[in-house]
Amino acid sequence: MSAHELKSGPLEYRSSQGRMNILGFWIFLAAEIVLFSTLFATYAVLFGRTANAPTPGELFEPSTVLVMTFLLLISSFTCGIAVHEMRRGSVKGLITWLIITLVLGLGFLGFEIYEFIHYTHEGVTLQSSAYWSSFFILTGTHGLHVTLGIGWAILLLIQLAKRGLTPVTSRKVFIISLYWHFLDVIWIFIFTSVYLIGMVV
Amino acid sequence: MAGHTGRFPVKHVIGFILSIALTLLALWAALGSDLPTVWIIVSIMALAIIQAGIQLFMFMHMIESESHNGHVPWNMIFHGLVLAAIVVAGSLFTMYSGHGSGGDHDGDMKHEQQQEQHEGHTEH
Repeated sequence: MSAHELKSGPLEYRSSQGRMNILGFWIFLAAEIVLFSTLFATYAVLFGRTANAPTPGELFEPSTVLVMTFLLLISSFTCGIAVHEMRRGSVKGLITWLIITLVLGLGFLGFEIYEFIHYTHEGVTLQSSAYWSSFFILTGTHGLHVTLGIGWAILLLIQLAKRGLTPVTSRKVFIISLYWHFLDVIWIFIFTSVYLIGMVV
Repeated sequence: MAGHTGRFPVKHVIGFILSIALTLLALWAALGSDLPTVWIIVSIMALAIIQAGIQLFMFMHMIESESHNGHVPWNMIFHGLVLAAIVVAGSLFTMYSGHGSGGDHDGDMKHEQQQEQHEGHTEH
């Protein structure tokens, strides 16, 4: 890796510090892959161990899950557009698309909270059975990541409004965009292996 | 990498359309098709992996010459993915081997649970 400062290209890559921070964040994401793999493994092993609680096939609603999936998918897209705007040098475009991303993320979170409350009313909680414990831990950990991401992005928006685009702020925006896309990657696997398989089997 | 500097984010729009198509295809395979359950699971997991690849390569800027390709630790990500595969496949293998086929196993467990509860009641 070249240590010298670059004169051209995206702002976030220009300083070697910026490139190192992005590299470090990818290492964090690699660790997150392993974290979620343990939760997926727990879920897979406990699949079907619902004891006397309702089964996932009885509770999962395709419409709610589809709305959540599309909210997160579209927010991942708008987050990509935000970085695209940033690389064009448009602070206004960046802030606008970042806010749209946040609103979609909040919508996702709202649906997830609605879903959990709905399940609780149907008599399914964290304590119901081994299966439902692993379900709530897996989806809840993902939801917690989304919540943290929203808080992080709000702080970053304040910094962007105050300082504008610098190598430091653009590096931070780039890193949160990686985080946000990564959450969508995790959700793809939750959507497939938890909801779709839960409704099929 | 013309998509990064141009006005229109071509790469992102293509990735987005592909993601939506793959999501709907997976949904149809799961709920609308008449495939056997095993094939449904295999095909929707394959679709999920393709969609994850789209996110990684079309949205997450994994391949970019502007950083002199020094911003992605490929070895670490590979290491993470291998560990994830071992954890998931290894857990399933360990927990399910020696109990016969998976389908029968579910029935066995329910039966065992009922028996345990039954025994619990008679003890009291």
